[in-house]
Amino acid sequence: MAATKTPVLRCQHLGIQFGGLKAVDDFNLEIGESELVGLIGPNGAGKTTVFNLITGVYKPTEGSFYLNGVQMNGKKTHKIVHAGIARTFQNIRLFKKMTVIDNVKAAMLRELHYGMPQAILRTPKFWREEQAITERAKQLLAVVHLQGKENLEADNLPYGEQRRLEIARALATDMKLLLLDEPAAGMNPTETEELLEIIDYIRDEFKISVLLIEHDMSLVMKICERIQVLDFGTTIAAGTPEEVANSPKVIEAYLGKDNEVVEGI
Amino acid sequence: MTKQRKIAYLLNAVGVVVIFALLMALFAAGVFGTSTTYIQGICTTACYTVIMVASLNLVVGFMGEFSLGHAGFVSVGAYVSAIVSGALAGKGLSDLGLFLVAILAGGLAAGIMGVLVGIPALRLRGDYLAIVTMAFAEIIRVCFCNFSITGGGKTLSGILKLSTFPRAFWVMVVCVTFMYMFVRSKFGRTVQAIREDYIAASAAGINVTFYKVLTFAVSSFFAGIGGAIYAHYMTAMIPTNFNFNYSAELLSEVIIGGTGSLTGSIIGAVFLSALPEAMRQFATYRMLCYSVVLVLVMLFRPGGIFGRWEFSLTRVLGRLTHRRETAKKGA
Repeated sequence: MAATKTPVLRCQHLGIQFGGLKAVDDFNLEIGESELVGLIGPNGAGKTTVFNLITGVYKPTEGSFYLNGVQMNGKKTHKIVHAGIARTFQNIRLFKKMTVIDNVKAAMLRELHYGMPQAILRTPKFWREEQAITERAKQLLAVVHLQGKENLEADNLPYGEQRRLEIARALATDMKLLLLDEPAAGMNPTETEELLEIIDYIRDEFKISVLLIEHDMSLVMKICERIQVLDFGTTIAAGTPEEVANSPKVIEAYLGKDNEVVEGI
Repeated sequence: MTKQRKIAYLLNAVGVVVIFALLMALFAAGVFGTSTTYIQGICTTACYTVIMVASLNLVVGFMGEFSLGHAGFVSVGAYVSAIVSGALAGKGLSDLGLFLVAILAGGLAAGIMGVLVGIPALRLRGDYLAIVTMAFAEIIRVCFCNFSITGGGKTLSGILKLSTFPRAFWVMVVCVTFMYMFVRSKFGRTVQAIREDYIAASAAGINVTFYKVLTFAVSSFFAGIGGAIYAHYMTAMIPTNFNFNYSAELLSEVIIGGTGSLTGSIIGAVFLSALPEAMRQFATYRMLCYSVVLVLVMLFRPGGIFGRWEFSLTRVLGRLTHRRETAKKGA
């Protein structure tokens, strides 16, 4: 990464405390343009909490984070989304009783400038803008291989497709940084393979950076350029996949003290 | 597609005019004999009930929040419009002008009240919001019982009889069209997204609070208009008219008709405001019947009779033309 460029995301000493528990402590991370960074760690390490901090669900009690050099902490979730950070959820959160295309269109609110009078009178501006986002929503659905399913109810999609629809919805917000919370959880190997292709494609096509939480180690090792490992809220290792895989601390966190099995990762 | 839509709009408009003409013709021909005025009254009642129920459906059906205080907004609209029309009477406005000004004033007052109540109340969800809205309606009622301008605890009478059936009918048509357009635009889509999952909605860049308050205000606005027509139809009212029972009645009409279906609200409201009149002799058992019907609906059609189904001419036309095309292909 060119050190001179402003990183897309920079977290500085980010931390949050719930009562006496430091869920995340002194979290530092820089993500450059089009970079794919993995965030791993055992259950309860604080990975999703980091996501919740970066997306404004929680307010950090310490430190701060910047998107393209602009400080973001303390801002509301929708403001942060507008600034360019979008996410998916560990336990899929779709607008279940809405159609697939409406799920995507709901995230394009900012592209619709018509007001209530125009909506009620159905002015040409209304039709033009609605038409435009419908087109774009269709394109985004094609990106995640959901073409032809526009008018199904989101709830009726199979699991893997629901995960992909969540990605399409995140893409619709026109973000610069995509946070994926266990995108491959519960997927079979074929679906995971397809997902990887999609992630690769959107990274190139939309020039976005990705921060990925994943439990599937082979996946993380395969696609991430850098990995940061959390345990009990603190960073215990960071670096390339090889460095991390061989870090004694990581091995200890995942497997306990005996480190014979590690080569298999 | 667009052409089909235009045809559908046109047909809808024609349909509405035909219904109106039919009713007016029936009244004029004196089919109902001596009870013409009475039937006309029931139709007026149905019109403003449709507005109230449809507006409540915006909150309950589309936004997915429970409001037990709709009568509060209705009463704000009713009283404000009555005061306005009383103050402006004889100032050179025509009856129709006076009527329109009064209902707009009632609607706006209720809408503003919706914003004021919505901002603090919509931080809450579910049961808690229901309790707060109920409390609001009670507060309003008690206020109207004590303000001298609203007649104190006594009946506020002598309101001009401005709500004729044609006026009520056309105001209803306009209001329902507005609400339908609202629901079928970015506003409705956003609000439905919030209903489905507010966390995901904010993660999709939606300002959840803003759109909730906005919808609540729009809903209150139309409730106020409904109330204004009510006031100018009844010509006399007492704050206890707008008690919890009234809110519950409106809510049960929404639920029976179908949460999230304006078609359901219209049919539910028409049916349920005509039914008690038709069965006057059983009036005592009305609320009992409502409860039984509500329980039955909840058991067998949890989404209401129409669920989220919406009548759409475009769809009907699409299906018809499709069938014709396939028939042609087959032949």
